[in-house]
Amino acid sequence: MLSSSGRKFNLYALTWRLPIIFWQFIFFVGPVLFMVAMSFFLVKNYRMTEAFEFVNWSKMLSRGYFWDSYWYTVFIAGVSTICAMCIAFPAAFALAFRASESTRRWAIFLLIIPFFTSYLVRTFSWFVILSESGVINGMLGYIGLGPYTMLNTSFGTLVGYMTLTLPLVVILQTVTMANIDKNLIEAARNLGCSAFRTIWQVIIPLSKTGLIIAAIFCFILSFGDFVAPFYLGGSQEPTLPILILDTTKSGQQWPRAAVVAIMMMATLFAIAFAGIALAYRKKKGAK
Amino acid sequence: MNPSRSLNVILGIYVAMVFAFVFAPIVFSMIFSFNSQRFPTIPLGEFTTEWYAKILADPDVWEAALNSLIVSCSTAVIATFLGFCTAYSDFRYNFRFKGPYLALILLPPTIPLIIMALAMLAWFSKIGMSGQIYSIIIAHSVLTAPFAMAVIRLRLNQMDPDLESAAWNLGGSEWQTMRYVIIPFCKPAIFSALFLTAAVSFDEFAVSWFVSGLNKTLPVIILEIVQGNIDPQVNAIGTFVFLISMTLVVLAQVFFASRQLKSIKT
Repeated sequence: MLSSSGRKFNLYALTWRLPIIFWQFIFFVGPVLFMVAMSFFLVKNYRMTEAFEFVNWSKMLSRGYFWDSYWYTVFIAGVSTICAMCIAFPAAFALAFRASESTRRWAIFLLIIPFFTSYLVRTFSWFVILSESGVINGMLGYIGLGPYTMLNTSFGTLVGYMTLTLPLVVILQTVTMANIDKNLIEAARNLGCSAFRTIWQVIIPLSKTGLIIAAIFCFILSFGDFVAPFYLGGSQEPTLPILILDTTKSGQQWPRAAVVAIMMMATLFAIAFAGIALAYRKKKGAK
Repeated sequence: MNPSRSLNVILGIYVAMVFAFVFAPIVFSMIFSFNSQRFPTIPLGEFTTEWYAKILADPDVWEAALNSLIVSCSTAVIATFLGFCTAYSDFRYNFRFKGPYLALILLPPTIPLIIMALAMLAWFSKIGMSGQIYSIIIAHSVLTAPFAMAVIRLRLNQMDPDLESAAWNLGGSEWQTMRYVIIPFCKPAIFSALFLTAAVSFDEFAVSWFVSGLNKTLPVIILEIVQGNIDPQVNAIGTFVFLISMTLVVLAQVFFASRQLKSIKT
């Protein structure tokens, strides 16, 4: 590895370059590779022994409940992504095109706060709000409706996912659309393009890359979250993260949990790569 | 234009509703923390500070608060240091394998926390470092360093690359230039990174829960109470956690924005 200055050994350059390499190899690459290796280990008498057997893989992948859980997780994360993208879009549109520069900056400032603050407590708060004797059913009771069961359903899970993903998706969509050249939109409008057609044929294609990245992040976050399906969805249909949790915490079956984790990572990588390929292919094709 | 104005009003209401959805759980959690009913509903019960008294009298909560403080401060320092080194390397040098090098630091946040938690737990057990406070600190540094790197890298983007060469031409060594030009220039971003990584670490529960052993942090305590049943103590601890992490994120943003106001001193 030569630095740009061309010297063979550059103490100054290496001082800045090496810390992260060491740190991430020991504490990031190490754990991930070990997890892959661990999926081939054996568990005997509640103790893990190092081995190279495919028994965990064949046991997990031949079980019906694994695949039920797998497809349910893919499905609910997909629904979550579609919901978040659709709910966020009008808000992001308003912030990008109708709001002033300073309003937009304040909105993003405010949305960054919940994105980084205690998701766990916010989910628990929804648990209290949505329960059968909770705030929403209490209010609906005044107008003679309900009570509705919202907890322990897929609806509850989705509310949790929205809590997690909506701030990020609104931010990413807003920033993407605010960067569109306003002249192109003006031009489309002047040439007689209707408002909805402008959105569909000008704004969405121009912000395609950013929108796809927002969707990928939304999918990753929903796919990997165990709090919403566990507390708000009642884990009746356990998602993959809940499967990892149960397998690790109760059964000491770390190798099998590792199999689930690797399947999850493989799925996420496939979806992320497909999404990125889609984002860039269309961009080239358009011009 | 009348239709446009009514559309603006509708969009405005819509944006307000999205914000209400995002902030409702935070607001309700704070309200419930002062509510006497064990299971809060409408109408609210009486005002009480019972839940706060309860958590303040609980030695486990105090211990967890201390652990959280230690973890988030240490994580902030380590992650910001790593983030700064990487951001500067990326800014200053081109080298082979730069893509994989950057991927190495930027990848962790894209992997679900539950997977990182399992991998860290297994690895720390393997190398005999599990169940300690430093286990959480190390894991959190891996998870938060990318945020620090991003914040500092954006700041470096605003630096004129000639500034560094100018310092060298005036006789400064590389180390002196780092000390007297680059670090002062990055100072607001460094503070921003410190606050942001501290906030993320302060709130993280999945990895902490897996690797912490007996050294619980506040989010882990919350997770364990919530698993039992409905307990308004969670709202009281939660309000406390909200206030701290919101303050940290606001400070991070204020320092980050201040970069635009501060002019380059040479």
